[in-house]
Amino acid sequence: MTALEAHILAGRDPAGRYRFRHAARMEWIKLRSLRSTWWTLVITVAGAIGIGVTVGINTRDAGGDLTNNALAGIVPALLLSGVLGVLTMTSEYSSGLIRATLTAIPRRGLLLAAKAAVFGAVALAAGEAASFISFFAGGAALRHGIAAPALGQPGVLRAVLLAGTGFCLVGLLGLGLGAIVRHSGAAVAVLVGGVYVAPPLIGAVAHQVAAYTPIFIIANSLGTTKPEACGAQAAQCPHFLSAWAGLGVLALYAAAALGIGWWLFARRDA
Amino acid sequence: MIEVRDLTKRYGPTLAVDALSFDARPGAVTGFLGANGSGKSTTMRLILGLDRPDAGQARIGGRRFRDLRWPLREVGALLEARAFHPGRSARDHLAALAAGNGIGRRRADEVLDLVGLAGAGRRRAGKFSLGMAQRLGLAAALLGDPPVLLLDEPVNGLDPAGIRWIRDLLSSLAAEGRTVFVSSHLIGEVALMAERLVVIGQGRLLADTSVAQMSAGASSLEAAFLELTGASAEYQAAWPPVSARKGSPS
Repeated sequence: MTALEAHILAGRDPAGRYRFRHAARMEWIKLRSLRSTWWTLVITVAGAIGIGVTVGINTRDAGGDLTNNALAGIVPALLLSGVLGVLTMTSEYSSGLIRATLTAIPRRGLLLAAKAAVFGAVALAAGEAASFISFFAGGAALRHGIAAPALGQPGVLRAVLLAGTGFCLVGLLGLGLGAIVRHSGAAVAVLVGGVYVAPPLIGAVAHQVAAYTPIFIIANSLGTTKPEACGAQAAQCPHFLSAWAGLGVLALYAAAALGIGWWLFARRDA
Repeated sequence: MIEVRDLTKRYGPTLAVDALSFDARPGAVTGFLGANGSGKSTTMRLILGLDRPDAGQARIGGRRFRDLRWPLREVGALLEARAFHPGRSARDHLAALAAGNGIGRRRADEVLDLVGLAGAGRRRAGKFSLGMAQRLGLAAALLGDPPVLLLDEPVNGLDPAGIRWIRDLLSSLAAEGRTVFVSSHLIGEVALMAERLVVIGQGRLLADTSVAQMSAGASSLEAAFLELTGASAEYQAAWPPVSARKGSPS
């Protein structure tokens, strides 16, 4: 380094170095400056609420899990959360932006952590909004003299909170898949195949394994106030995980996808 | 200062960069020349830590790229014209990168102004022409006012006035004491702005010289370049036959 170069460097180079908060701020600006982010989230939340209200209007059985009914829109909404997670990663590759990103933040583990934290926070906020609004709107839509469930009833607050959390975890699962597969179409295919197509097939072959698939976890473990009762079909019905075990398994999936994604991201050429 | 030592990169059976060593020094524009497919872009990607070398290393100001404390303030890079999301505005793209290295948002507007995109900053960058995309890439490279600049084919897509403008800009940046490393497959273009030349073919160093020295022994700089790279060109036309190509190209 020449004296002049040293001078240029020293003249305006503040102490320290880039850290997680810089990377997170960068990712937040990226996420919020795309109109598609907001469109996707608005459509997702509105769709979930719409389904919850529709189910509420058509509910005639006061003995069912009314909370689970109101949250019926969360499962279809997960698809968009997962796809948004995938695209948060893969759009960097399809556009070539990843090269610019990595010239600002070369430490890839830090970058992926910042992406996951920022996207995860946004997905959690959207998921909880969808979940809580669905719960109240679905309850308010109940007719036929059925009383709306209240958050204070046993298991209700837990179900509403965890359904929103599931939304965030599927988004992070998508982000991890995006880091592993890198190609938007292929990653979305893996996500849809793994989360939506495989579980019913698995369920048809091995009932007990189906309980461990993301969609069954969210529909039957996280979003319920009481364990699912299968009545007459008990023999065909898997033993669903408890809410907290389901949350743990789902978090494990997201962590595994992010972990493998991180491992590959740190080693592969960008 | 960019120091490249024994840099080697293999893609499957192909040796893209082969034990390459050279320096790019401060205060000068160093032209990085080679035919298409000669390994210029791969070398730049290796210097920036985007690809992992199989052997050797590259250092910038004495440090590996991934060890830089504020990368954008130490190295500005333009690798490909469209390294941005098409749905994001130019201004937001630059503001995001700036935030990643603790650079204020105002600097994004400054560099947009500097590259002549002040009026287009709020438009979606996906609508940009190739020339505008190049300018946005250059704006990103200048964000951190870095002492080292690495530009891969920066005149691609620019009109003659734009080419003149970038040439003057790079010369003035070098005159301020910065290291400016510019790749091109157009010898004529590089000769107008560079003092030093690093010439490669099939990933190997063919010459590390000055523009004056290179043109001294040949009828023209282009003739010298073609003679140097002819033997190692990755893709050669079958016609005219090699024997007919011996004469000096016009």
